[in-house]
Amino acid sequence: MKLLVCVTQTPETTANISFNADNTEFNTTGVNFIMNPYDEWYALVRALELKEAQGGSVTIINVGPATNDTVIRKGLAIGADDAVRINAEPKSSMFVAKQISEYAKQGNFDMVISGKESIDYNGASVAAMIAEYLDLPFISFGTKMEVNENIAIINRDIEGGEEVVEVATPFVLSAAKGMAEQRIPNMRGIMMAKRKPLNIIEPVAFDDPVAVVGYTLPSAKSAVKMVDPEDMDELVRLLHEEAKII
Amino acid sequence: MSNLNGKATHPTTSSKTDRFQGHDYYNVDDLLNEDHLLARDAVREWVKQEVSPIIESYSDRAECPKHLFKGLAEIGAFGPSLPAKYGCGGMDEIAYGIIMQELERGDSGIRSMASVQGSLVMYPIYRFGSEEQKMKYLPKLASGEMIGCFGLTEPDHGSNPSGMITNIRDDGDHVILNGAKMWITNSPVADIAVVWAKNEAGRIKGIIVEKGMKGFSAPEIHGKLSLRASITGELVFEDVRVPKANILPEVEGLKGPLSCLSKARYGIAWGAIGAAMDCYDSALRYSQERIQFGKPIGQFQLTQKKLAEMITEITKAQLLAWRLGTLANVGKATSAQISMAKRNNVHMALEIAREARQIHGGMGITNEYPIMRHMMNLETVLTYEGTHDIHLLITGMDVTGFNAFK
Repeated sequence: MKLLVCVTQTPETTANISFNADNTEFNTTGVNFIMNPYDEWYALVRALELKEAQGGSVTIINVGPATNDTVIRKGLAIGADDAVRINAEPKSSMFVAKQISEYAKQGNFDMVISGKESIDYNGASVAAMIAEYLDLPFISFGTKMEVNENIAIINRDIEGGEEVVEVATPFVLSAAKGMAEQRIPNMRGIMMAKRKPLNIIEPVAFDDPVAVVGYTLPSAKSAVKMVDPEDMDELVRLLHEEAKII
Repeated sequence: MSNLNGKATHPTTSSKTDRFQGHDYYNVDDLLNEDHLLARDAVREWVKQEVSPIIESYSDRAECPKHLFKGLAEIGAFGPSLPAKYGCGGMDEIAYGIIMQELERGDSGIRSMASVQGSLVMYPIYRFGSEEQKMKYLPKLASGEMIGCFGLTEPDHGSNPSGMITNIRDDGDHVILNGAKMWITNSPVADIAVVWAKNEAGRIKGIIVEKGMKGFSAPEIHGKLSLRASITGELVFEDVRVPKANILPEVEGLKGPLSCLSKARYGIAWGAIGAAMDCYDSALRYSQERIQFGKPIGQFQLTQKKLAEMITEITKAQLLAWRLGTLANVGKATSAQISMAKRNNVHMALEIAREARQIHGGMGITNEYPIMRHMMNLETVLTYEGTHDIHLLITGMDVTGFNAFK
């Protein structure tokens, strides 16, 4: 099994989110970054389990600047064999998908796996676009996968139940909770990761049809209004005039 | 071999999630490399998953969570700075320090489990052992297949180890070991003990004693009100015949055990920062959430004074530890410098625990918060591996040239 796992870097979940002065860029000052948990816990770990059971290799791929190398090295420390970083700012889902698919075309991979979405921009679209660029089947939101020879049986959560699909390799999968369990890198893995290849390649030219115009923060939660339990008229008035829900 | 596998045997006392966040007021992270940051995050995550949910319960019952030995081994917390050849991490001293910081953020007793194994058992075997001894013991100690302990302190000889009466006498290809050691972390569960004893010439030698050797026992010490999740015992030797092949060949005299203690003290200097950060982190959050007189108590000046002093002292301790680590990485950290950092940082952590306890008010004395557990633990940490007062005298001797011990 030759597996390609897409990993992205996201702000840690407790980070304070702010934007630059004209609200066109995320302000990264003072923000700590982590590997996107869906990529790490589910996509990468399931790929490693498959490799451990059936042999093969796991390559991780990231689109980003050199500051992403710490997150990439964590993936190597957890157990990936090698890594590729496409040296470019990940400007949009389509840009990222284009870059990854160009690399994947040359690699003859049995599966390309990513997390179901990143926890920052929540696009949930890169894996689907990669499948489209590669003209491969796409299975989204997989929660369980068993592989026998070149046939994978994948469970997907759907509204009110579960769907089970069968697909032959090669294919693209986005992984959700349930697919695997988080692995914490150990100290030997961290040291061994330094000796694993991290290949840096330049992006292919891409005329991105999508551009971000701006960002806004959700409006701040207003203070809770306390109403005297005896004063039902006031409660009704507030619900009607201020909350406008009755 | 110890059978220390398996899962926690008791439910947790609280289902609260561990909301700890690291504190880095002076961007000390910028002084760390990728290894350090990855190690820090990995151990922090491990502590949140494996230690935080169970520690109050084990500590309450004064029970050692023995299943964590296996987990500590898997994460690589046993001898992380020893070479990969022996199954260890091959990391630098700062990485080792950071691992101890994160473990002690969980609990000083958990950190003790790891620092005894790494600094006091694996390190002397690595530094003073024969190649046969290294190959025989180090990989098994690194993997947690074997647990070790360290015997220096005796019932009547604590701060003055050179007065020890435990002794070995020649008996052909064996030695006969007699004596008793006290306050030995991990001893009741240990497979081997690195024991320091005087030979006929009165010279101190290190010797590896294995569980099951006739005349060797390791009874547990009960009734501790501190480090309750760490198991402590005695080592009792009654005419124990130990092969001469178990003597560490490369050292003689007190410098053997003292070099191990320097290694462990170094780890404690970092570890104490972890306990202090946990207390500060909890106090800071509590001060923002606890409302009195209509506003969060963090708005009151006396609470702010406490918090401001805490983060200042933590920052100073972080810089002290980082500088000590850079010196240790090039083999230039003196035992007196290590002594200063151990004393300063442990005392700092204990003071912070006491202040944090006040900020938590009545809740601070309950096991809903980690404060009182850290505070009780730190009373031990203040005393073991060289007492606070002895470390003052070491610095005093270093700067004046006068030895005030005698």
